[in-house]
Amino acid sequence: MMSSLTAAPATRRRRTATVTWRALTYGALLLIMAPAAWLLIGVVVRAWSHWRWSVLWTTLTPTGGGLRDQILGTLILMLGVFLVAGSVGVFAGIHLAEFTRSGKVSGRVSGPLRTASDILAGFPSIVLGYVGYVALVVGLGWSFSLLPAVIILSIMVVPYIAKTTENSLRQVPTGYREGAEALGMSSGYGLRKVVLKSALPGIVTGLLLALAIACGETAPLIYTAGFSYTLPHSLTHSQFPYLTYVVFNYYNDATVQKNYLSYDAALILVVIVLILLVASRIIVARTQRHSESARTATTGGRIFGRFRTDPTKTEPNIGPAIDDLPTT
Amino acid sequence: MASVGGVAGEIPVTPHTEPLGKPPLRRHIADFVRRNEERGWRTVAWVAVMLPLAALVFAVSVLAVKAFPAIRVNGWYFLTGRTWTDGTGAYANTVYTDGVAHLEGARFGAWAIIWGTLASSVIAIVIAVPLSIGAAFALTERMPTWISRPLGFTIEILAGIPSVVIGLWGILTFGPWLAKNVYPLIADNMPDVPILRYFGNPHGSGEGLLTAGIVLALMIVPIIASTTRDLFSQVPPLPKEGASALGMTDWEVANKVTLPWVRSGIIGATVLGLGRALGETIAVVMIGGAILQIPRTIYQPMTTVAATILTQLDGAQTDGTGFYVATLAELALVLAVISVAVNLVARLIVNRTGRIHAPVGGA
Repeated sequence: MMSSLTAAPATRRRRTATVTWRALTYGALLLIMAPAAWLLIGVVVRAWSHWRWSVLWTTLTPTGGGLRDQILGTLILMLGVFLVAGSVGVFAGIHLAEFTRSGKVSGRVSGPLRTASDILAGFPSIVLGYVGYVALVVGLGWSFSLLPAVIILSIMVVPYIAKTTENSLRQVPTGYREGAEALGMSSGYGLRKVVLKSALPGIVTGLLLALAIACGETAPLIYTAGFSYTLPHSLTHSQFPYLTYVVFNYYNDATVQKNYLSYDAALILVVIVLILLVASRIIVARTQRHSESARTATTGGRIFGRFRTDPTKTEPNIGPAIDDLPTT
Repeated sequence: MASVGGVAGEIPVTPHTEPLGKPPLRRHIADFVRRNEERGWRTVAWVAVMLPLAALVFAVSVLAVKAFPAIRVNGWYFLTGRTWTDGTGAYANTVYTDGVAHLEGARFGAWAIIWGTLASSVIAIVIAVPLSIGAAFALTERMPTWISRPLGFTIEILAGIPSVVIGLWGILTFGPWLAKNVYPLIADNMPDVPILRYFGNPHGSGEGLLTAGIVLALMIVPIIASTTRDLFSQVPPLPKEGASALGMTDWEVANKVTLPWVRSGIIGATVLGLGRALGETIAVVMIGGAILQIPRTIYQPMTTVAATILTQLDGAQTDGTGFYVATLAELALVLAVISVAVNLVARLIVNRTGRIHAPVGGA
């Protein structure tokens, strides 16, 4: 009786604190979700009210027209980034994960390399764009064009691809490597046939997300690619069309048609990004269903209720490492 | 020619079909590949890892070389000065300071620009951090997977939306809405005292510092929230369950067990978000107004370092002496130094807390 009397006020205070805390966390979630949903729906609604499908296959003119060459330009930029940054980033990730581990020097060698990668990942994209302008567009005598744009975008996303590749290679179970070695595979062959193969979903996910970053960039492209109405025939000497410029420069244009094009371009960009994100999600989900670790993690989840025991097991680190996104 | 040996029951061995005389080229190649494949992987991977390093060295040296004349002429005034002008007009004379050519009357003090960068980023952090922590809590601790998964995916989408699209929404939809429905409520009720005056009228049209800060917050929320969410799910369940079993409420478990466990990780994620906010360009150009001034109220237009680099390039090219372009390089260098420092600090913190251990005595 006595104890309940002394506990009563404290209990009320504690209950108030907990209820407030819950309300605040849900409120925070709502304050994030509401603008996010508003943003997505807003982009669609703004473009949909005047949408014409011909935007997809007509070319841009000074008074309106469509965005065919801008869409193709963005896709070509993505292809270029995929080829350049994809190969460099994946091999750099292989180096960081596979060839710097063993031996006493590993700490000394991989430390600076990783720091350099981190520094590059922290470089603001506008600064990289400025470097591209000064060094490539003006310095090398190329004018605004495709090649400097691809190079600068690639420099931007390479650290990210290297990081995701390194992470997914580190997730490959030691048993796979040992099995490959036990079967008498040379380590190069084992790397290609066993290790890379099982790390592939993670690597591809990283690549897709890097492409999503690349296709949404504006600032460095204005400095390196310029802009044009139609696709050029030169890699280094004529300006190049892409979608983000349309969004950025036409939304407050005097012509209504151009404003509409700006909204359309925003919608197309969002659709491209969504396709890439959903694709990466599907890859993650499929891999998880088939992987050994996912199955054990499910059991763990059942035992411990909603507390997940080990996040590295439930998600084999092929989700997006958002903390490695380059700054924009 | 035919099967070797004639012992009954022995499996006939098919003979090698290749002629024995000269060794087949195909085999040579296969052997060569087998022997040298690893060396090949190592070489290519080494080249690939050196390329970003080279790009980094290249970028930094380009900036340094380009900015050097500007650093010499502008001096400390660049960081503290408030006047930013490229000369006395289109027909300004070229004059020389320390052998560096620039237009007469050119004066580049970037204090207002640096101020705008810091102010918008601080606003973004102040808004984003509590929201992210709260949302991460709601997602990991309070919701079943079938709700938290799609919500988590929505946050991921938010991270992937191009900043130019967020800028478009911010300037056409969100900013005007804030200026119409939210800012008047704050501004009209602010007393006219020294610090709070800054939040008073005029509250503008939605294009300015506060809107830019809020939208930046929305852009860095995915970074902080997803890191925080991962950190929370790494806290082992037993201490939390133990705390619950001792009769602690949700708030007490969060406050006494979970948050202390991941505190430095959250600080790291915050600094990482700060780095992103400092370097954001296109959304700030669209929403912040890109007007070179220190705003008199928090609602007024301003500019940031990144926004200035983008918007001033055209103007800078008209300076025949090239001094304005050099000054922009100095600006880029300042921004790079700030955000790289911020990022390195963040990664240091995040890496150090990679090993999760019990926070002894940290309550």
